[in-house]
Amino acid sequence: MRTLLATTVLSALIATSAQAQEELKLYNWFEYMPAELLDKFTSETGIKVVMDTHDGNEALLAALKAGKLGRYDLAVPSDYMVAILGHEGMLDTFTADEIPNFGNIEPKWLDVPFDPGRHSSVPYQWGTTSFMVNRKLYDGPIDTTDIIFNPPETLKGKINVLDSSGETLALASLHLGIPQCSTDREQLKALNALVLGAKPDWASFGSDVAKDVLVSGDAAAGMIWSGFGAKARAENPDLEYAYPRQGYIVWMDNLVLLKDAPNRKAALAFMNFMLEPENAGALSNYARYAPGVTGAEAFVDADLMAAPETNPPADGNGVFVETCPQDSQVLYDAIWTNLKK
Amino acid sequence: MAAAAPGGASTSSRIYRGNVLRLIGPSWVIIGIFLLIPVILTVVYSFLTKEFRGGVQWTPTLAAYDQFFFDRGLFGDEPPRIEWTYLGIFWRSVWQAASATLLCLVIGFPTAWFIATRDPRQRATWLFMITIPYWVNLLIRTVSMKFLIRDEGPLNSLLMWTGITDAPLGLINTNFAVQLGLFYSYLPFMVLPIYAAVERYDFSLSEAAADLYSGMWTTLRLVILPTVRPGIIAGCILVFIPSLGAFLAPDLLGGAKTFMIGSLIEEQFKGAAGNWPFGSAVATILMTIIMAVLLVYARAQGKESK
Repeated sequence: MRTLLATTVLSALIATSAQAQEELKLYNWFEYMPAELLDKFTSETGIKVVMDTHDGNEALLAALKAGKLGRYDLAVPSDYMVAILGHEGMLDTFTADEIPNFGNIEPKWLDVPFDPGRHSSVPYQWGTTSFMVNRKLYDGPIDTTDIIFNPPETLKGKINVLDSSGETLALASLHLGIPQCSTDREQLKALNALVLGAKPDWASFGSDVAKDVLVSGDAAAGMIWSGFGAKARAENPDLEYAYPRQGYIVWMDNLVLLKDAPNRKAALAFMNFMLEPENAGALSNYARYAPGVTGAEAFVDADLMAAPETNPPADGNGVFVETCPQDSQVLYDAIWTNLKK
Repeated sequence: MAAAAPGGASTSSRIYRGNVLRLIGPSWVIIGIFLLIPVILTVVYSFLTKEFRGGVQWTPTLAAYDQFFFDRGLFGDEPPRIEWTYLGIFWRSVWQAASATLLCLVIGFPTAWFIATRDPRQRATWLFMITIPYWVNLLIRTVSMKFLIRDEGPLNSLLMWTGITDAPLGLINTNFAVQLGLFYSYLPFMVLPIYAAVERYDFSLSEAAADLYSGMWTTLRLVILPTVRPGIIAGCILVFIPSLGAFLAPDLLGGAKTFMIGSLIEEQFKGAAGNWPFGSAVATILMTIIMAVLLVYARAQGKESK
């Protein structure tokens, strides 16, 4: 009884102190949010932001699965992980009128496949995944995925691919023109044969090192994310980012409203804050990717907005990595293991 | 005083026993929490049903072990054959680790011998120098090795500048690069135990052997090696086992083109689909192999000491 009483008093105390200083708990990627923006939010709303960081979508999912759900209000996952979190029932929903700035979302990012109509997420940053080629070593056409999967003689043995089955197999599927989540035997056999056949032409599999190997010249061509590629080009001007005609990968990181959020109101206030063009622009200047917010361009550094890596052609060839159902995902895993055995 | 004396012995032994329990308690807690519980969890998980995208269902199954040993084709409907994929990964890891161990032994033994035969005051300095690189994080040391041996790196530049070679050697992203990385990572684990053994070696034994007309090699083979053998074996175990599970060197220096045991396990927990029971099963099989090797070794040692 005494314990119960003590607990009640204690939780009442905590509740009071929380009212005194409202708190928002954000689970974000590392190095993905400038401290100034959080300070600005606090000074505007009086809500203190507590941010924890994760190092990947799968790490985020694992943490939420392991019992962190209910401890955070907001998280920042990529497109396909938004779909997975939604499917796992880990997201809460909101309506457009709960977020005054909802209308600032760029129309093309409104009806996205991973959250049609945007009921749980708002844009954070977006970019593309493709490859870069060192133009000093190869001056032929690079607007084709042949560079990676059927490389010209001069590039053979000097190619780095991302060490991530999702992106590498998605690009290979685009090369073959087959769906990303196929269960068709012939298509999967062709995919398996394609990557096995291309592997001898690849020097390495690496994601963290994707920029480093291109800058140093260890790789003459390599898959890379757009913003990372822009940084690589700053260090080695011979590099050119390609937009292959068979297609390339588009990704978007998003702020999502988590289920059982301790402070849902503050979470919506923060989403609203990040949809303010000035704030979205400040975020881009820090993270070096494009905002998905109308009017934010005016606040983004001119060189970032002008960079070829930030400006995919309007050819509609960019596609999101899809979230495959289990029966097809296990096949892609088997192909990946077979590739690296 | 006199009256207390007869009971004194038993009281003190009881106190002593109580103290022993209290004193070894912490080590049992540490072994229990940091060794036994994780190992038991791993073994238990390997027998559970996988949940898509990580996690397990508490239904026992042998599916993970079936996947390891039997190949039912890409679509899982062919008659089972022996699955060579994972055995091949194990074999490659064992081979890489064994090569690195051999490299460590070939370089480490003379190094340890050199240090142990210096003036006692100098030895501390030499040992200190062996350990200095290990103040730096393993990841950074491995990346540095990559910078050294890359095609545009200092090693190849030097070789080409001196005219020894015309073109870069192409060391990066090869098995040799992986072995070099493992060798550099774990060399002190070889040097230190051998040093400890050589330091205890009584050099008058070598003189005695020489007096009996034993040549240098015969002395090494029949007198020195048997005496310092425990140090060599300890060194080999200390290098071989961490090399077996290494994934930094294969990823950074070998180009991650092929799975090692370590990266295969990592992929099951961090990859797209996530298959925790299979990752646990691979870890359990690896642990079993290492345990078996160590048991055989311990038995051999035991027989010898009898």
